[in-house]
Amino acid sequence: MKRVYVVAGLVVATVLGVQAASAQTLKTIKERGSLSCGVSQGLPGFSSPDDKGNWTGLDVDVCRAIAAAVLNDPSKVKFVPLSAKDRFTALQSGEIDVLSRNTTWTLSRDTSLGVNFTGVTYYDGQGFLIRKSLNVNSALELNSASICVQTGTTNEQNVADFFNGNHMKYEVIAFGTADETIKAYESGRCDVFTSDISQLYAERLKLANPADHVVLPEVISKEPLGPLVRHGDDQWFDIVKWTLFAMINAEELGITQKNVDEMAKSTKPELKRVFGTDGNLGEQLGLTKDWVTRIVKAVGNYGESFDRNVGSGSKLGIARGLNQLWNKGGIQYAPPIR
Amino acid sequence: MASEARKAPSQFGPRLRRALCGRGGWGGLALQVLFAALLVWLGYEIFANAKSNLQAQRIASGFGFLSQTAGFGVSQNLIPYAETDTYLRVFFVGLVNTLVVAAVGIVFATLIGFAVGIGRLSPNWLVARISGGYVELIRNLPLLFQILFWYLAVLGALPGPRQSISIFNEVFLSNRGLVIPKPVPHDGLTAFLAAVVVALVAALALRGYARRRLFREGRLMTIWPYALGLLIGLPLLAVLIFGTPFSIDVPQLKGFNFSGGLRVVPEFVALTLALSTYTAAFIAENVRAGIQSVPRGQMEAGESLGLSHGATLRLIVVPQAMRVILPPLTNQYLNLTKNSSLAVAIGYPDLFSVFAGTTLSQTGQAIEIIAITMGVYLLISLLTSLLMGLYGRRVNRSLSR
Repeated sequence: MKRVYVVAGLVVATVLGVQAASAQTLKTIKERGSLSCGVSQGLPGFSSPDDKGNWTGLDVDVCRAIAAAVLNDPSKVKFVPLSAKDRFTALQSGEIDVLSRNTTWTLSRDTSLGVNFTGVTYYDGQGFLIRKSLNVNSALELNSASICVQTGTTNEQNVADFFNGNHMKYEVIAFGTADETIKAYESGRCDVFTSDISQLYAERLKLANPADHVVLPEVISKEPLGPLVRHGDDQWFDIVKWTLFAMINAEELGITQKNVDEMAKSTKPELKRVFGTDGNLGEQLGLTKDWVTRIVKAVGNYGESFDRNVGSGSKLGIARGLNQLWNKGGIQYAPPIR
Repeated sequence: MASEARKAPSQFGPRLRRALCGRGGWGGLALQVLFAALLVWLGYEIFANAKSNLQAQRIASGFGFLSQTAGFGVSQNLIPYAETDTYLRVFFVGLVNTLVVAAVGIVFATLIGFAVGIGRLSPNWLVARISGGYVELIRNLPLLFQILFWYLAVLGALPGPRQSISIFNEVFLSNRGLVIPKPVPHDGLTAFLAAVVVALVAALALRGYARRRLFREGRLMTIWPYALGLLIGLPLLAVLIFGTPFSIDVPQLKGFNFSGGLRVVPEFVALTLALSTYTAAFIAENVRAGIQSVPRGQMEAGESLGLSHGATLRLIVVPQAMRVILPPLTNQYLNLTKNSSLAVAIGYPDLFSVFAGTTLSQTGQAIEIIAITMGVYLLISLLTSLLMGLYGRRVNRSLSR
């Protein structure tokens, strides 16, 4: 008899407990002492573990920058690898605090999924990877091709739009993970592997002979990739948003991982605001005054992170292109810190 | 003096108490009512809590998404489907794909399972050892591994469509699947099909008549020439009168793939092979257990009547063994159906992959979609159990007659 009441009490506590859990993400993270960050299951350049299990990549740097700003330690991140299919559910259910996993910003995702995109880390577009031996020079020659795609991505719908729009037939085979998709392409099940172009370059490195495969020139969609958070916690939304903006602004202002301490002593009014020696902008976010210093010390500015992970300093060697700063011919632009 | 028999006290109260409260007495009933109320309240609380949280986070809810356009392609659709169709249509496409894999898998698993199970008990040393080896090898390897093995190692090793293995330039086997000529229906098809059905029914009736005569008069009739004549003659007659039932559409290599013909995608083949061989290993053990539960004397009795080993098994032992085989066999059918959701690993568009996968990640309506998917798997399983239960009753009835 007594046991029944104990069980009933537990049940009541659980249900009410769920109701009480609300939008205190920052507080929760500080109490837990680590940031829970959703990343890919291994996409070189964006988020992948090295042979020692350390995660690196552009998306990973965003996670580390947030951890540096909030916890003053870029290593206090718990990385949660997620498939494209599972990523939104993990964020909605509170399993992760932020999703930084090459995710395309679209209207329907921004509204009906209960999430907010915080900015764009990488301006991408969808393309096609194909064997050189097939002698195809344009995506418009792909009539009746078999196409491998990862399920749960915008790519799945874009490819349908592209082929129907050009009155071409196709067969699409959708796989659960990126690894399964590239394996099926390599085994010859598909003629074409389609994904965001950055991902095509990254996945191509996993093939036996990367040089036998070529990315077709057509870019069939806009794929702005960026981090996202749950609806309902505006303070946390601001922190994630401004962490990325701080990285971009740092590049624009010439603040690098090496010179950050030097620059922090500057007397220029603009830099004084950024470094918190004047005003309390960081505290307005719910962080500390030296939040930008912490971020840049941890991962460098946006340009440094880009070069190290996907750009000229990496195996991928992707050109800055659209991702160059706005005043250098690209479209990366962050609102001012003031 | 005969004493008046005392009237037995009414059993109504105690009976009611026992039915409602078991051994606990009336106090137990109160506790049960309380517990039931708690469960109802808990269910309501979960529902209301989920609803308010969804609203607070402004996550879309409800079933309106089912009428939205899906906008993605599906590689195998047995009912007509285009990218402009709705998510509801996607649901049915996936459901049909799941049912087809489950049905084909169950048929093959049963055939292989019975063959291997009977083989394990064969007096032939080699057959018994091979069957035993099959069971031990297959049931001890993870199913997902076997699916990937068939898909990547076996079917993936087939040549590309341009170098495909062809039989008379009509049937083509490549890593894009098996392409066979497709029958295209003509006017004569209805009459042709009707003739086939009539011929089948007539042949079965003839067999029934021959059996009855065998049991009544002990005379064995030779019926196969008549049956064969019916099965060939009637459809042929229909073709002569009503014209050709269908023409043949031969597949041709055009561009990257074959156009025309019927194509069986490799994902389907790999999944069916893996599911049926895996489940067959378990069915084989059930069959062996069932046969061993029949007393040895039955086998000896059959053989002493002059029946062959095969005929004794078929007519005497297996029908009795069915009583033991059926319940675990139902379990295996259910397992096979549920295991088909591993299809997502090899890109076969089953219900779990296209609905609980793609549709879920596009609409984000996890609660609704998972609820629908669970409901459907539950329904399929319950229906399978029901059908097997009905069959089991028939078996029991015919044995007790």
